[in-house]
Amino acid sequence: MSFRVIDRADPGNPWFSWDYVQGNSETILAALREHAALTAQAVLIAALVAIPLAVLAYWFRPLTGPILALSGVLYTIPSLALFAFVAPYLGTGTATVLLGLVLYALLLIIRNALAGLNQVPDEVRDAAQGMGYGRFARLLRIDLPLALPGIFTGLRLATVSTVALVTVGVLVGHGGLGQLILGGFRNNFFKAEIMTGTLLCVLLALVLDLVLAGLARLLTPWARRRGATG
Amino acid sequence: MNPIEQAVVWLNDPLNWTNPGGVLDRLVEHLGISGAAVALGCLVAWPLGLWLGHTGRGGGAVVLVSNVTLAIPTIALLTILPLTALGFGKPPVIIALAVFAVPPLLANAYTGIRQVDPEVRDAARGMGLSGGQLLRRVELPLAVPYLAAGFRTAAVQVVATAALASFVNGGGLGQIISAGFGLGISVGGGQILAGGLLVALLALLVELVFALVERVVTPRPLRRARRRIIRRADQRAAAAITGS
Repeated sequence: MSFRVIDRADPGNPWFSWDYVQGNSETILAALREHAALTAQAVLIAALVAIPLAVLAYWFRPLTGPILALSGVLYTIPSLALFAFVAPYLGTGTATVLLGLVLYALLLIIRNALAGLNQVPDEVRDAAQGMGYGRFARLLRIDLPLALPGIFTGLRLATVSTVALVTVGVLVGHGGLGQLILGGFRNNFFKAEIMTGTLLCVLLALVLDLVLAGLARLLTPWARRRGATG
Repeated sequence: MNPIEQAVVWLNDPLNWTNPGGVLDRLVEHLGISGAAVALGCLVAWPLGLWLGHTGRGGGAVVLVSNVTLAIPTIALLTILPLTALGFGKPPVIIALAVFAVPPLLANAYTGIRQVDPEVRDAARGMGLSGGQLLRRVELPLAVPYLAAGFRTAAVQVVATAALASFVNGGGLGQIISAGFGLGISVGGGQILAGGLLVALLALLVELVFALVERVVTPRPLRRARRRIIRRADQRAAAAITGS
C-alpha cells in the first residue's frame, strides 16, 4: 500500500459532511444498531455471569483470590489475541465478538460488585440474621440492594469500555461502528465516514452511561438522600 | 488438522520467525512502538500528575481525562491521526497509544501524591522545606509505589493495544494475526492462533516483569501496606471514573 500519492490537503475530503450522513443514513443506522445490540448483549451476559461469581466470592472468602486472578488474567490478554483464539473455532460471526466482549467486561463487573457487597455494614448483616433471614433471602432483600451502587459502577465501566471495544470486531467483520471507521480508512481515507463512526461511538457510550446512571438513581433512592446531605 | 495443530506447525517453522516480517521483526517493532508510547505517556502524565497532586488542584481534570479516553475507540485514534498533519508512519501510532497510556499514569501519580499523610507534609514544611523540596524529597519517594503501579498498568495496556496497530498497517505482532485473517480462517487459522498466543504471552510477560519491578522499587516498610493501598486506589479510581 502506497500512501504517498494521496493528497492529504484535498479540500474535497472534509472531516464533517452532512451529505455523507444523509446519503448513507441506512448504512450508518445499521452499524449503530449492530453496535448497540452487541454492547447490550455483551454487558447483559457478562452481568449474568459476573454477579453470581461476585456473590460466590462474597460468601466463600477463599474463592475471592482465584476468581479475581482468573478474571484479571482474562482482562490482561489483548482483545485482538482473544478474538484470534476464538475465531478459528466460532468462525467470523457475531459469536466471536460477543465472547471476547463478555470476557473483557467480566473483571470490571466482578470487582465492583464484590466491592459493593463488601461494603454492606456488619450491623445490617447481623440485624438481618437476627430477624431470621436465611442466606438467599438475605442476599436478595439485603445484600444485593445495598450493593447496587457498586454493581452499577461496574456495569457503567463495562458498558463504556465495551462500546469502545466493539470496534475491534472489524477484524471478523462485525465491528458495528468500527466498520465505518476502518471502512473509511480503507476507502481512500474518507474522513467524513471515519469521523461519523467515531462521534457516534463516543455518543453511544455517553448515552448508555447516562441511562445506567439514571437507572441507578431510580433504584437506590436512599443513596440519593445520603448524597444530598453529604 | 485442527487449529491448535496448525498453530504448533506454524510456530515450529523457523522461517516464520526469521523471515523479513517474521515473528522476530514484528516483536522488535512491537516493543519499539510500545516503549516509545509509554515513554511519551510518562513524559506528559507524570509531571502533570505530580504537579496537580502537589497543588491539590485538578482532581476533576484527572477524572475527565480517564472518562473521555475510556470512551474513545483505539481504532478511531489510529485511523484519524495519520490523516492529520502528523502524516503516516510510526509517529501517529505512537501518539495514539500514548493517549491510552496517560490515564493510568496520570491518575496514579495524582493519587500517589494526594495519599501522602498530611502530618508528614506538615512536618516537612515545619522543617523549612520549600514547595519544590517537599515534592522532591518527601512526596515523590512516598508516591513511588503508585507511580510503579501506574507504569505497569500503562505498559500492559499499551503492549496489548499495540496489536491493533496492524489495522492501519502500523506493524507489530498484530500484523501476524491480520495476515492470518487475510488468508481466511481455514488456511490461516493456525497463524491467527499462533499470533494471538504470541501477543497474549507478551502482555502477560510485561505484566509479570513490571509487577516484579513494582515490588523491587517499593521500600520494604511500604510493602506490607502496598496491597491494601493499591486495592483502595483501584476502587477510588473506579469510583472517580463514574463520578460517584
